[in-house]
Amino acid sequence: MTCPVTIRIQEDDFDIAREIALLTNSRTDIGAVVSFSGICRADEESAKVAALTLEHYPGMAEEEIGRHVDEATSRWPLNGVTVIHRVGRFMPGQNIVLVLTASQHRQAAFHAAEFLMDYLKTSAPFWKKEESATGTGWVEAHARDDEAAARWTKP
Amino acid sequence: MKVKYFAWVRERVGKAEETIEPPATVRTVEELIAWLSGQSEAYAHAFERPKVIRAAIDRAHVKQDAAIAGAREIAFFPPMTGG
Repeated sequence: MTCPVTIRIQEDDFDIAREIALLTNSRTDIGAVVSFSGICRADEESAKVAALTLEHYPGMAEEEIGRHVDEATSRWPLNGVTVIHRVGRFMPGQNIVLVLTASQHRQAAFHAAEFLMDYLKTSAPFWKKEESATGTGWVEAHARDDEAAARWTKP
Repeated sequence: MKVKYFAWVRERVGKAEETIEPPATVRTVEELIAWLSGQSEAYAHAFERPKVIRAAIDRAHVKQDAAIAGAREIAFFPPMTGG
């Protein structure tokens, strides 16, 4: 089973339909594609977010995502994976991250997409800085994200 | 060795990267954090809560008890908030 992997970190926006078409391109062995997109949200707990700036560790970010994609492809029968993470400054409503997982059946694709997103949030080296009416500050990591990632290591 | 800083660690240190030569007695990530903290107010501020700081050696996550011998690049940063 071939499982092409695309990992990109870019400032530009992505086109979900185009990325899905590239993943499934003239193949007939794929029965399911799961698509997750993370979008810049205006409403945080404290204040209205005016903009988000995403910083990353070039080199390590790609490698760390690659390590988790490798783990996902060893855990589930996947026919393709695409992970695109944008960096730069974003307004509410703009795309930040895209995860696509393709498989013969939906279950593997759903699980792998969720697994990849849980690890993207807790171990890929990206940091968000938030601008709002009350000022500018780095987003704090959430314990709920660590808990979400930890469930994949339970026996 | 080259050291890189990200997010608020970078802002507090006041630079994104530098080359350092810690003494041979500095053997682990934890000891390097303590040594850097003694270099100036800026480092002390960046590393004031050392347990919160995450580290990577040669672009892979490590725990703070990891040995730094042979490392080409060490990075310090806060817990990650991407995705």
